[in-house]
Order: sequence, then structure tokens, then C-alpha cells
Amino acid sequence: MKHLLTAAMPREEAVALLDLAEDMHQIQEREVKKLPALRGRTVVNLFFEDSTRTRSSFEIAGKWLSADVINVSGKGSSASKGESLRDTGLTIAAMGVDGVVVRSGASGAPALLADWIGRPVVNAGDGTHEHPTQALLDAFALRRRIHGEASRGKALDGVRVAIVGDIAHSRVARSNALLLPALGAEVTLVGPPSLLPPAASDGTRLGVRAETSLDAVIAEQPDALMLLRVQLERQAGKVTPSPAEYITGWSLTDERLARLPGTRIMHPGPMNRGLELSSRAADSDASTVLEQVTAGVSVRMAVLYALLASDQGGSR
Amino acid sequence: MTSMQTRATILVGASILGGESRDLAIDGGLLVDPATVDRDRADVLDASGLIALPGLVDLHTHLRQPGGEQAETVATGVRAAAAGGYTCVFAMANTSPVADTPAVVEQVHRLGLDAGLATVRPIGAVTVGLAGERLADLGMLAGSAARVRVFSDDGHCVADAELMRRALEHAASLDAVIAQHAQDPALTRGAVMHESPLAAELGLTGWPSVAEASIVARDAMLAEATGARLHVCHVSTVETVEVVRAAKARGIRITAEVTPHHLLLTEELVRSYDGRFKVNPPLRAERDVRALREALADGTIDIVATDHAPHAPEAKQTAFADAAFGMVGLETALGAVQQSMVETGLLDWAGVARVMSTAPAAIGREPGYDAPLEIGSPAHVVLVDAAARTTIDASHLKGRSANSPFLGVELPGSVRHVWHAGRRTVVDGEVQA
Amino acid sequence: MTHARTVLGPDEIARALTRIAHEILEANHGADDLVLLGIPTRGVHLAERLATRLTAITGEDFTARTGALDITMHRDDLRARPTRASHPTRIPATGVDDKVVVLVDDVLYSGRTIRAALDALSDLGRPRAVRLAVLVDRGHRELPIRADSVGKNLPSARSEHVSILLDEVDGRDAVTIEGGVA
Repeated sequence: MKHLLTAAMPREEAVALLDLAEDMHQIQEREVKKLPALRGRTVVNLFFEDSTRTRSSFEIAGKWLSADVINVSGKGSSASKGESLRDTGLTIAAMGVDGVVVRSGASGAPALLADWIGRPVVNAGDGTHEHPTQALLDAFALRRRIHGEASRGKALDGVRVAIVGDIAHSRVARSNALLLPALGAEVTLVGPPSLLPPAASDGTRLGVRAETSLDAVIAEQPDALMLLRVQLERQAGKVTPSPAEYITGWSLTDERLARLPGTRIMHPGPMNRGLELSSRAADSDASTVLEQVTAGVSVRMAVLYALLASDQGGSR
Repeated sequence: MTSMQTRATILVGASILGGESRDLAIDGGLLVDPATVDRDRADVLDASGLIALPGLVDLHTHLRQPGGEQAETVATGVRAAAAGGYTCVFAMANTSPVADTPAVVEQVHRLGLDAGLATVRPIGAVTVGLAGERLADLGMLAGSAARVRVFSDDGHCVADAELMRRALEHAASLDAVIAQHAQDPALTRGAVMHESPLAAELGLTGWPSVAEASIVARDAMLAEATGARLHVCHVSTVETVEVVRAAKARGIRITAEVTPHHLLLTEELVRSYDGRFKVNPPLRAERDVRALREALADGTIDIVATDHAPHAPEAKQTAFADAAFGMVGLETALGAVQQSMVETGLLDWAGVARVMSTAPAAIGREPGYDAPLEIGSPAHVVLVDAAARTTIDASHLKGRSANSPFLGVELPGSVRHVWHAGRRTVVDGEVQA
Repeated sequence: MTHARTVLGPDEIARALTRIAHEILEANHGADDLVLLGIPTRGVHLAERLATRLTAITGEDFTARTGALDITMHRDDLRARPTRASHPTRIPATGVDDKVVVLVDDVLYSGRTIRAALDALSDLGRPRAVRLAVLVDRGHRELPIRADSVGKNLPSARSEHVSILLDEVDGRDAVTIEGGVA
């Protein structure tokens, strides 16, 4: 593994990363939350888009591995003064950094940077394309919920996951639609017709099954329901339903929650309580929201270790 | 009839339009009967093994001058044109300032005369500033020294139906044609690639096929109602082909063009997120490529036009969504057409001459191309080595910009010699200064 | 291709571990505060075997005092080698503070693994003392480290390859040596 640009990866590679994350997870329970594996390495968090959560998660992950972590914000830097993406990347690479974590509003920007700068690049979310570490942490949290301490070596075979919301514009949905099936899970995308991506000739969307009725999917009693953050202000009323219509059709209300006794409730955050899901759903025992946040640091430690620890690149 | 200034030239043994071999003679800017030329006093060029075509005519070229000189100028653009076998290019109106006044079109025309390598025919804007709000003064442009006969807001669609109707009415009275960039703006907000499952996978905003076909259908009906000539720029979808076919069957005066890149390339290239593959309309699916080739072969699509759109490197070396639309194409057009149409058996070389020279000249009302390679015609001649194969690199691009989708790609055919009105513009593959 | 020579068989390995178990108790003057930490992968299985013996000898449950200490993140050759997979660390519920921690590994060679283990251990707490038990000591130390208990001293050339095979991992118990100058 030279870069992490996409969540599309072979099953063995995904399981190995999740297992590595399990080992990283252990140090969160320790007094000294520090491993020397990346001592002397420098990681730049290059964020062209604000995201305090993701940036902090990567920053903690790098620091717990003893790397020097530097945050460069695309906003207010030369990047917003018309400097090209390429020049920004080359400038940072020329400072001798060992790896770059990129968040960009432009789909494909991390892939281009990876080509240009010749250093390991981690995609921390690009436009409406992918968010691979989010998918890995979702898989990690779900695997822990299902298998507990015995998670190592296991995948998500037969686990049925429904992802609900604005699928068309969600990088979280894309990465999960790639990663979870590779781990053996069955993914169903659910959303209003105008917020689903175009169907392929075989009827799948993003390579998996899609439905428009949340209630029909709830009747199938999925093992996990992942609710995406909805931004109805985007072209409000034109291509997206009104908040009232959205809640009627696609929100995890108290009433729907009651019909899902054994289903884990997931959300990548930040949550719009009352829109994607009710407060009761967000705070229920079935909710994995905080576990997902904790998992984020472990998974990102695993990714940084896998990409940066060895000068010889990954053995996987 | 011999010229005092220049010696006559005899081209020996070229295959005329890919058919039988026959000698050609050029004297005083015209094609003359070889039997009347004194061979002892003429230059003789062995053209055996080469195919003779008429000089190519591009109805859709962006020369960027005035205003975009960092990407291309008239002088550099006609070098690219000559290298590709073109002797006449129609320069699009989306310059800065826009070609919506006689001053601008006359400037571009004059720059073309100064450059000399090819005829430059300015295209006039349909609306003032390409803003789609007020008609430009089409009559003034037509009556200028630049003799504008093609009007286009290319880069922008004339989306307002009322404006389009008035433009067609006005053009009809000038014997001019409206060349429409067919793109419904409301259906293509933020669009950067073909709308498809691949666009969904890549997280890029899609440009649906219907946004092209629906405008063409509307414009065809307007052309019928006004009796005017409508030309459809860069047809890119199977749906549009069907609309054009139906319109022609109804007797509507509609012509259509396809670009070399839409004949050869598909959206799959966008997987790399390389800005070189961003173009408007976007590269489409395999089924579209097939339909476009068939439509060009059966005459539904009349011509090949390059949509040569140079961009400076910084406009392309950025995130795909931020990159500029457009590809250079003059230098590679003939090779792309040979690969997609000739080597597939869909078109013979006479057909290539029709779709890349005779027909575009007729649509643009450019005289001198109606009797290709016949005695008495202006000596616009291209000699092509169809057996050559070339891997395209930056050295093959003679314009100012290198944003070609064919870099690193092998294309067939090589333009060896070009005469523009009897003047040699390319000799042994080298553009003459 | 040279033939692997068996240096220790199953019975000899079993006897060596029993002797090490007694040595550990003797040096510690009993079972108090003892914690066993195996270094993955084979050191973990050896620690478990020692725990079984210590339980039998003392009557106290040593399986609850036995764990695993992964040293991957503390190695000093991470850069120079292909990326290594890590292993879980399991610390007994008693923790390591003020305990006598016995590190258990299969082979003692350069000493770098043990150096990494001492670093890893110091991030987990402050033991009263740290001891080292190994099945084979093949010499060639690069750091000032020595074992308190050794199953077998096996002087070897650097060019030779010493393999520890354990039933839990390899399907049989054996220590073999191969290669080097005959």
C-alpha cells in the first residue's frame, strides 16, 4: 500500500488494516498513549476544506505514533490565492515531509497529488468522491459491536447494512459501498430518488442495491442502519425534498426506531438531531456514534503506520 | 499560364483521394493541368505512396486571440493548423473582447492574413458578450472586411428560445449559419463529465445526454419555422444523432459536426482525474462513440470539426472540477479520423475529404473547396502518409499549448506536405516559418 | 541446500521449560508478584507453557498472570524492513506496576528485541524488576543484555539459521539449525 486514496481494497488488506487498528486501539486504554513507530516522521494535514473532527483525529493519530504533525489549512494559505493544487503539493513535498493527509472539496484531488508529489498520500475526504478512513472506522466499529474482543481476523460476512440519506453527494456512502461488500457485508443504499446516484445497466447504484423506501428496508431488519448527514439547504426545494418530507420518508424517528430492536445505529457525524435521526435514536444503546469517533483515531493510526513506518513500503 | 514569381510544382504519383494515382501540378496558387507544365522548369516531387487530399477546413477552432495569448495566438494556432493539414480555420468568437464587433473580427482576420499559413475566417458572436441577452449586430459582422458567415456563442448555449429564433431569422437573411453549442444550462449546472454510473463512482457532477438532445430538438424546430440554416456544434450523444437524423428526414436545414476526440475516446479516461480529459461536451460512453461514427459515415453528421481549445498548463494541472474545458486537436485530427473512420472501414479517403474539407467549407461559405484537387481550383493540397504511425508527444504539437488527450498515444497517418493557395506550408512534416 | 540439524527435540524442550520454571521461582523466592509476558509470536506460547508448569508447581493460577507484549511499534528497524504486522498486547489484570515481570522469548540473539520490549514495558507501567527467560541463546549480542534463564546455549555462526518450532504454531516441537560453514 503506497497511498490510501480509496476504500476499494482486497478483503485481506482490509482485515489486516482493521487488525492493526485493533492493536492501536489498545493504547487508548493506557496511561502513556504513545508509540514510537513514526518517530522522526513528519506528516502534513493539508486541509482545503474545514473539518475540525477529521483533522483532529488524524492529528491525534499521528502524534500518538510520535510523528510530527503539521496542519496546513488550504483556506488563508497560498492555495486560496490562486496557487495551483500542484504547486501547493510540490511546495509541501519540498519541505521534506514524509506523508500528506489531504482533505479537499474537489473529487480526485488526493489522487492527483499522489501522482505529483511522490510521497504517501492519505485521502481524508475528497469532494463527493471518497472518504476511505471513514469507511474503515465504520467497519471497525461495526466489527467490534458484532464480535467484541474476538474481532481480530474477522470480516463482516453476511452483515446487512443500510445507508440512508443523500447518497448522490456522499463520499461516506461511496467509500462504504466499496469497503463493506469487500468485507462480505450486504449494503443497501436508501434515499429519495433525487438523492440517489444514476443506476448502472444492472440496476445497481455505486455497485450495490438501492431502494427509495426506508420503511421497506426497515421491514428487512438490517443489522446496521447508517444515517448520513443531510444538507437540505443545498438547492433547497429544487432537487431535495423539504425537511418535513425528508423526515416523513427517511428520518430514523422514534417510531421507526421502535421497529428496529436489534439494529445498530451508525452516524458519521456531525448529527442533525431531529432530521436524520431522533435524539432517542442517537443516544440509544444501539447507537455506535461515539465508538465510531474513538475508532477513527485507531484506524488512522493504522493507516499512517501502514503507509509511513517502512521506507520499503507495505508488505501487503 | 505560368507565374513569374514562383516555379511550378509537379506532384508525381500521389493517390488522389485514396484512389488511382495521377500527377498534380501547382502553379500560381492554382491547380493546373500537369501536361501544360514545362517539367524542366518545374519542381518535381515524388508523391508515390502518399494520399492527396484537399486542404482541410476546420469550422470550429479556438485561436484565443485577442485576450488568451498565453494559450494560443492566431500565429501559433495556424502553425498547429498547418501541421494537421488544415488550410482554413474558422476562429471561434469567445475571445476577450468577444468577437461581437467588426473591430474584433477584422483584427482576427488581419492577423490570419499576416500569419499566412492558413486562411482564418472569424466566427461572430450571436449575442453581445456571449451573455445570451441581446443579439449582436450580425449584419455589421457579415458586412465587415472579415465577411462573417458563421455565428456562434460556442462555450455558451443560446439558451433563450426567443433569442435563438431571432438569431436564426436574422442569419437566414445574411445567408449565414448559426452554430449552436447545444447545452441546456439548467440541466448541466456544475457538470464536468458525462452523467453516468462512472461519474457517480468518481464523485463528479454529470452532464446528462438529454441536455444536448433537447436543445437540438428545439433548435431544429426553430430552424424549420424560420427556414434558416442551423449547425450543431460537437454532437456527442446517441440521442442527439437521432434528433438530427429525424430533423434531416423532415427536410430541416440542419448540419452537424463531431470532434475527433468524441470519435475515438470515452469517459473511461476521466478515471485518472487528469484535466487533459476534461472537455465540453464531455467524453461520453462507448455506445455514443459507436453512434457518432455511424452517423458520420451515413451523413447524419456532416463534418468533423476539431474544437481545438488550447489552455495554458496551469488551467489543466489542477483538480478535475477546477480544470478548464477543452483539448487541442488540430495537429491530431486527421490521425484520429483515420483511426476511427478509415481503419474501421466506415469511411474512405474521399469521404474524409468530404467531411473535413468540402462540407465544412460549404457550411461556412468558404469558396475554393467545392472541386477538390480539380484543375482550376485553388491549390489547397495535403499529402498524407497513411502507412505511418506516430506516438504523439509534445514535439508534434505546433501550437502554443499541449493539452492534448493523445499524448503518449499512437495515431496512424502523417501529414507530409501541405500547400495553402499554392504556398508550401508544410514540407516533409515540418511547418514552414 | 544444507540440511536442518535438530538440536532439541520435544522432550528436551519440555525439560528445559520445567527447569526454567523452577529457576524463576527460585530467583524470586516464591511466586509472589510474578507476571509472565511472552513476546509474540512464539514467546507467547512459551509463556503459556511456563504458566502451566508454574501453576502445577505452586498451586496458584498463573494463567491469569500471563500475557503478551507486542514490540512491533518499538522496533528500531521499522524503516529498513517491509511493513510489519503488529500483534495484540495482553496485560494481566494485576498490571505490571511493582510486579516482577518475566519476559519470555524463543531466541535471544542481538538483544534488540528485548531492548524494544523494555521500552514497550516502560510505557505500560513500572515493574519492580524485569527478568528474561529464553528457550535458546545463540550469542552475537549487540546490546548489553543477558538472560536470567536459558533453555539451551547454542553457540552458532551468524550465517547459520536457528529455527524454533512449536506445536501451537508449527505442528511440532523442535529447535533446528541449518546453513553456515559445514
